[in-house]
Amino acid sequence: MRRLPYRYLEDVAIADAAFEVSGHTLKEVFTDSAKAVSNIMVDDLESVAKVTEREVKIRSDSLEYLLFDFLQKLVYYKDAERLLFSGFEINIFPGPNDYVLEARIFGEEIDSEKHRLSADVKAVTMHKFKLEKRGDTWIGMVVLDT
Amino acid sequence: MGAPPMKRISDTVWEIGAEVKEGMKVPVRIFATQNLINDIDQYVIEQITNVATLPGIQKYACVMPDAHSGYGFPIGGVAAMDIQEGIISPGGIGFDINCGMRLVLTNLTFNEVKPRLRELVDQLYQKVPAGVGSSGFVRLSASEFLEITQYGAKWCVEHGYGWEEDLEKTEEDGMIEGAVPSMISPLAVKRGLRQIGTLGSGNHYLEIQVVKPEYIFDKEAAAIMGIFPNQVVIMFHCGSRGFGHQVATDYLQVFLKVMESKYGIKVLDRELASAPFQSEEGQNYFSAMKGAINMSFANRQTILHRIREVFTKVFGREAEKLGLSMVYDVAHNTAKIETHTVNGKSKPLLVHRKGATRAFGPGREEIPSIYRNLGQPVIIGGSMETGSYLLLGTERAHLETFASTAHGSGRTMSRTRAKRLFSGEKLRMDMLNRGIYVRSVSLSGLAEEAGAAYKDIDEVVKATVDSGISRKVVRFVPIGNVKG
Repeated sequence: MRRLPYRYLEDVAIADAAFEVSGHTLKEVFTDSAKAVSNIMVDDLESVAKVTEREVKIRSDSLEYLLFDFLQKLVYYKDAERLLFSGFEINIFPGPNDYVLEARIFGEEIDSEKHRLSADVKAVTMHKFKLEKRGDTWIGMVVLDT
Repeated sequence: MGAPPMKRISDTVWEIGAEVKEGMKVPVRIFATQNLINDIDQYVIEQITNVATLPGIQKYACVMPDAHSGYGFPIGGVAAMDIQEGIISPGGIGFDINCGMRLVLTNLTFNEVKPRLRELVDQLYQKVPAGVGSSGFVRLSASEFLEITQYGAKWCVEHGYGWEEDLEKTEEDGMIEGAVPSMISPLAVKRGLRQIGTLGSGNHYLEIQVVKPEYIFDKEAAAIMGIFPNQVVIMFHCGSRGFGHQVATDYLQVFLKVMESKYGIKVLDRELASAPFQSEEGQNYFSAMKGAINMSFANRQTILHRIREVFTKVFGREAEKLGLSMVYDVAHNTAKIETHTVNGKSKPLLVHRKGATRAFGPGREEIPSIYRNLGQPVIIGGSMETGSYLLLGTERAHLETFASTAHGSGRTMSRTRAKRLFSGEKLRMDMLNRGIYVRSVSLSGLAEEAGAAYKDIDEVVKATVDSGISRKVVRFVPIGNVKG
């Protein structure tokens, strides 16, 4: 059966948008979380062409904050450069005292004629934010302010 | 968590004792009718009892009648902190710093506007950008943007985007003192740089509304505020856009790092991340947050300028001749230092209002002189299908809620559920059949804002009136709407 990449949750935060992701690797969970954030802003993620690339490098003391900072980057690019992303090549590895994420992310400038735009994500919140390993599965939960 | 016991203090005031959760420093007071209490979102209770544990909180953690769950604080949460012993928390203000409402008059009647309504809404949709990634018409350098963070709506008026009289009808005269540009990150500036004059999305909107004669509840106050039967008015709702969101995000991250290790503050939800108000980090956030307050006032001021241009074009008369004067601009996501009475003593407090409107009673010097005898105007934005209210603050609100009241209808279901249950296109057509013309960037965004996803605005306002924290002036009915 095809793995469901991310699932939006209806009853977690009435004001906002919440989703859950799961995967066998961190790479999967980070990629699917990024897609979930993008998909809140544009209904049809496939419509976002992968024509513009940005490189992202983040370090953090914890994997949770690494995910938080990475998703926050997508929100930043949406406003600062009017970019939406649909393609993600992500590497995560341990640093000397921390964790490192290096990613190439692909997308294009927002075009309201082409993209079916939806909610403007204001921020990634720390409310119920979670990234943990259960057995051999990584589980993430994110609440976005929309 | 099971529902904690709630003591009924009066018909519209409910209390949860400080004993229900470990660490609660004060009880919770909820302002709601029986109907609203019956349907209250249990996460609101969980969140406000968490708020009641924050250091320095005074008297009660308050919940407004339109409350619904958010992150950290509930939306509709009010917490007043001792300015010496207490904390400041970005989660008690919200990411959309100084999000608020502006109400603007016209001297046009419904019959005059009706034949031009489509043209008017279409033009507003063109001139007031909305939705994800929208850019405004004001081109700014980073240093000009930082000037805006210091001078707010005053900057706009000085640059030709408004009238002098707009400032006196804006909370804080459109400019709060004490914003410090060096406390604002370059990331925040980059996010906000092109967004002055934009609405945003979600529940942000610009609406054309009508004053039905039967909905003028206080004729004298309405007349002083320039409102007459069958008049068309304009109401809009937006905030500090990506700029404010980034300021809050930046300091949330700062606070998470120092909160426990440096200050020994433990919170029950990381979105309640806090720093002592008198700490370096607390003061830095307060100074940066004021920059976002000013940006938000400037954003709404610039939007008003565009609205005046559109009305002038559509009706062929100058904005002054169309009577496009403001009633008021009031925020509902802020923290401000105000003087309140606690245990019989008057003292300055840092009042966090997240999805709650300041509601000063008559006489307070912060109220514009023309309204000072009435009380502070309160603008309550309803769902796009139902209607909105203009209320006034009361003396009682000072005693009960640190002079706070509701800010809107309050959601009853998440955006995700609303999107599943409602069709944006069907909603648009239904509204058109009921005489409400909507232009929206996003049909799915429209579905999220369906009236049925919100509480009954009349019940929310009834709760504010019956509990004495506001009084009714007028109810407005929507006829046109622009949303993101």
